[in-house]
Amino acid sequence: MANNLAVIQEKVLNNTRLSFDEGLILFEETGLLELGSLANHVRRQKHPEPMVTYIIDRNINYTNFCVAKCDFCAFYADLGSGEGYILSKAEIASKIEETLKLGGTQILMQGGLHPKLKIDYFEDLFRYIRSAFPTIRIHSLSPAEISYIAKISGLSLEETLRRLKEAGLASIPGGGAEILVDEVRKKLNAYKTKSEEWLHVMEMAQKMDMKTTATMMFGHVESHADRLEHLIKVRELQDKTGGFTAFIPWTYQPENTKLGGDKTTAYDYLKTLAISRIMLDNVPNVQVSWVTMGAKIAQIALQFGGNDFGSLMIEENVVAAAGIHFRMSLNEIKRIIKDAGYAPHQRDMEYNLLD
Amino acid sequence: MIPTELQTIYNKVKNNERLSFEDGIVLYNSNELLTIGKMADMVRKRKNGRRTYFAMNQHINPTNVCRNSCLFCAYYRKDGEEGAYRMSLDTIRKKVRARIEEGIKEIHIVGGLDDKLPYEYYLDVLRAVREIRPDVNIKAYTAVEIAYLSERSGKTWDLVLDDLIAVGLQAMPGGGAEIFSERVKRKLFMDKLSSQDWIKIHHIAHKKGIRTNATMLYGHIETLEERVEHLVLLREAQDVSGGFLTFIPLAFHPENTKMHKLPRATGFDDLKNIAISRLLLDNFDHIKAYWVMMGTKTAQIALAFGADDIDGSVVEERIYHMAGSDSAQMMTKSQMRALISECGLQPVERDALYNEVKEC
Repeated sequence: MANNLAVIQEKVLNNTRLSFDEGLILFEETGLLELGSLANHVRRQKHPEPMVTYIIDRNINYTNFCVAKCDFCAFYADLGSGEGYILSKAEIASKIEETLKLGGTQILMQGGLHPKLKIDYFEDLFRYIRSAFPTIRIHSLSPAEISYIAKISGLSLEETLRRLKEAGLASIPGGGAEILVDEVRKKLNAYKTKSEEWLHVMEMAQKMDMKTTATMMFGHVESHADRLEHLIKVRELQDKTGGFTAFIPWTYQPENTKLGGDKTTAYDYLKTLAISRIMLDNVPNVQVSWVTMGAKIAQIALQFGGNDFGSLMIEENVVAAAGIHFRMSLNEIKRIIKDAGYAPHQRDMEYNLLD
Repeated sequence: MIPTELQTIYNKVKNNERLSFEDGIVLYNSNELLTIGKMADMVRKRKNGRRTYFAMNQHINPTNVCRNSCLFCAYYRKDGEEGAYRMSLDTIRKKVRARIEEGIKEIHIVGGLDDKLPYEYYLDVLRAVREIRPDVNIKAYTAVEIAYLSERSGKTWDLVLDDLIAVGLQAMPGGGAEIFSERVKRKLFMDKLSSQDWIKIHHIAHKKGIRTNATMLYGHIETLEERVEHLVLLREAQDVSGGFLTFIPLAFHPENTKMHKLPRATGFDDLKNIAISRLLLDNFDHIKAYWVMMGTKTAQIALAFGADDIDGSVVEERIYHMAGSDSAQMMTKSQMRALISECGLQPVERDALYNEVKEC
């Protein structure tokens, strides 16, 4: 097996793409430091300058009502229950004002699947935001929401995306990918979108020149092979479109969810992050997740393939609902990046530097 | 793939050569975390193979009343102040009995320098523990407490240690070393023992067959030079006696201390201190990633960066938790085993003296 690893190392150093089977060797037979140094090599090829980027934005969860009811989610409320809300336009506006005051450049609006929130609701909301706050970027609605909006509005996916884009939607966050293997999605009761559908929405959006990101939520019921299948599906779509700006792996947070179970470890996180960096040879950026792992592991992750510190996250509700409350100030993010030997730079969604 | 800045050091480590003070500085100034880790792992494998130690242990902090007022400490209180406590011997007995069903092998006892407690109390604490648990390893009192007991009783360090050994002392923790620098001592822990005296007391204990640990408190106002100086002094002390078992780097936690404005040590700094101490302390058998201090996540990763010990089950810890540590209060045996095994390492349960505890 040491031989296999030598072959893989050689391939990575020569920028040759790794196969599914080679990915499995990385998961099952490779030590943490070896993975780190391979991932760090790929990261340095792509980003030779000692720099780590971050974005200032705000998650605005316009509603927590949701018909999808995924077993791993601690955020949703049942329709008609007393625990749900829909934010008013005025509430959203004041959140955007605060975001701008704090140097934020983008809002990430995501919410539950609500049968009354059809295309006209979003068109109206986006048009309003565009006119009231012309500088803020609307990076919003994951594929699950987009295909649900299409369905309840009786529109084709293409028409839905075209209209949302016209109304002001600039780019699409990569949430809801979970693990892009339908067997796993069944076990998670995550029927909201099948893997093909998630990929299809992303492909169509990317073909319409909207950039997107991709995530992977791991550490629940999936196997290493499932994680690799996920990575390879993202890699194949990226070959076609080049529309993913970043990949963001993060860990399942079990508290307050129906699925329950244990949190995965820092070892598993760093390993998976490194393997993501090594396998996804065509995705430019890999984000570390301080929101789920805390500042210490997020900083260490910069040596395991991560080149982006993610967002300052003026507001975050979904992970917080699962019992995690890491908070970081902008100064703390900058200090930690510098402490690891990199220059911190603010960026936008397309990774243009803003400072 | 070894970065040029570390090539010379890498060669030395490979050839098992002792690193110099200057090498220590180069390592601390380098951000090549993975290469530093790789070298530390090489040394760790040489000394301990895949063996990774944990203990079923219990902490007892008998009093937080302390004559000293170290600036980095969130634990101490003055007599009568809100939050001050001293445990009666009965309370201590109850705490030990409360966990009597668990296979605890090590009891770790440290506390404040409490002027209201008689000399005998410090001996009685050990007697009480020994009475209830005749087989447990008692690891008690830092060198700072030994010096204090000597002052209180008018007995020499030597005689104080004899008294403690007579009532059950088997090992000493490594606390109170802080950072071996006169400059920092004057600013942060004026009243404490000097570094020379700290080392002398450990040497006396070693002569009596008492194994001890050593620590370093980092991440406050100390310079990198002072850290390396500290490690080199410990290495020299170990050359003399060979009595140190484990080195434990301890990160300063600013919350609730007089230096609360300082930021917490970073993940990089935690891992670097583990790895660089593994590289410089070539005559120490063990390096401990104390999970209560760095959190279980970073402690697990530290096992790939030179550490071969994650401390133990703990259950009730006061000193770091009063300084805002958000780590849990305990880990179970199966949690510790799983954490270690996941890294491809072999979990070994130990007592305070690193004897392997065989599964019954």
